Amino acid sequence: MIRTEFLSKSFGKLHVLKDISTEIKQGEVVAMIGPSGSGKSTFLRCLNLLEVPTRGRVYINGVDLTDPKTDVRKVRQNMGMVFQHFNLFPHKTVLENVIYGPCKVKGSPKGEATELGLKLLAQVGLADKAGAYPSRLSGGQKQRVAIARSMAMQPEIMLFDEPTSALDPEMVKEVLDVMKGLAQTGITMAIVTHEMGFAREVANRILFLEGGHIAEDAPPEIFFSTPKSERACQFLEKVL
Amino acid sequence: MTLNFFEIAFSFPEILGQSGGLTLDFSKIVPNVPFILQGIWVTLAFTLVSAIIGFSWGTVLSIFKISNIKPLKWFADFYTSLFRGTPLILQLALVYFSTPQLIGYAIPPFQAGVITFSLNSAAYTSETIRGGIMAVDRGQREAAMTLGVKYPLMMWDIILPQAFKNILPSLVNESIALLKESSLVSTVGALDLMRRGQIVAAEKFIYFEPLILVGIVYYVMVTGFTWLAEYLERRMRLSD
Repeated sequence: MIRTEFLSKSFGKLHVLKDISTEIKQGEVVAMIGPSGSGKSTFLRCLNLLEVPTRGRVYINGVDLTDPKTDVRKVRQNMGMVFQHFNLFPHKTVLENVIYGPCKVKGSPKGEATELGLKLLAQVGLADKAGAYPSRLSGGQKQRVAIARSMAMQPEIMLFDEPTSALDPEMVKEVLDVMKGLAQTGITMAIVTHEMGFAREVANRILFLEGGHIAEDAPPEIFFSTPKSERACQFLEKVL
Repeated sequence: MTLNFFEIAFSFPEILGQSGGLTLDFSKIVPNVPFILQGIWVTLAFTLVSAIIGFSWGTVLSIFKISNIKPLKWFADFYTSLFRGTPLILQLALVYFSTPQLIGYAIPPFQAGVITFSLNSAAYTSETIRGGIMAVDRGQREAAMTLGVKYPLMMWDIILPQAFKNILPSLVNESIALLKESSLVSTVGALDLMRRGQIVAAEKFIYFEPLILVGIVYYVMVTGFTWLAEYLERRMRLSD
């Protein structure tokens, strides 16, 4: 479903990603963890070309995203993304945020999109906030709206870039619960996170990044109990 | 020298006496007041049309300026430097007097004024709007991109509404400047507020009264406009 080949990214002289080759299969829930600066967010952002890789290739369902002839916009419609800072459209209501993609990108009729939007808002527990503006919501609520907005495009893949890092501690759980529910639907998920408990419980694969490499690629029960690399041991000692 | 000075000092009251001194007589221009006040509509229509065309064209130019297509950027930058680097009254004279010479069309003063002021105002506002666009959080752009929104739609629906909200005070200032500068069209004979004041002055051989009346009308218009803008700004802040 997602495949990278020798993916590299440099910002000037700083080599953030070094030849990452890996594959994420359909239905997998992959948690990417690692120390800050290890390149995990950059890696995630390369997957939908928000960052353009310096070298290497990214394939989504066999389509080469790095090929200039590829219509990236088309591929992105099938990949939702949730950001650390939510990035809701502040001048649109919650419902307008959610149905914007279906209406303006997919061309769905407004009635149909509204129905879907309200259903998704109910799923994330925010049906009563449909008419509110984002500025009236708490961080946790904003992030749940952002998830609903991405899901409204009915993507096969969801990317999460530190979705709980900007939240107050007591709001983390409500967002993680929504993501947990999502993981059970069989959608493919790639999650950059610092929530080890969540990664252990929900992910079926852990990618541990360090210095622009994948230092470890293992199922959570193995990664968290018997990490192979020394760097992973150090990291887990500090965060667990 | 001293002698001269005394002579002037002594003869000064005499000069004042001859011309009627400081006695102001507004009653002399009362019959002309409606004629002068009709200029309000000319000035307002002129300002409004110039502002609308100028802001629209300025928006297009600002998008050129942030474009990746180099020739568009060069064009917009050169355009701005040209209109900022020459006097407005020269631009107006060029449009008004050279249009008949170049294309044989006797351009009416109002039209010449609207064209010049729109083109000129676009040069200034394009810089303001560019700044407003740059100030919109880049996450907004990324959120729209990941939904697969086309660039023009993203600009129109997501970026520009937020940019305009940011720069509303600057645009009000630009409009006020435009309203006052519109008095320059009197130099090519458009019957605006300023021109009407001058006509009455020339007819009656009194200058202070008609000109001060025109000045008061300008002041009231600008003040009213400022109040309206402040009111609108407060209304918009409510949605934050």
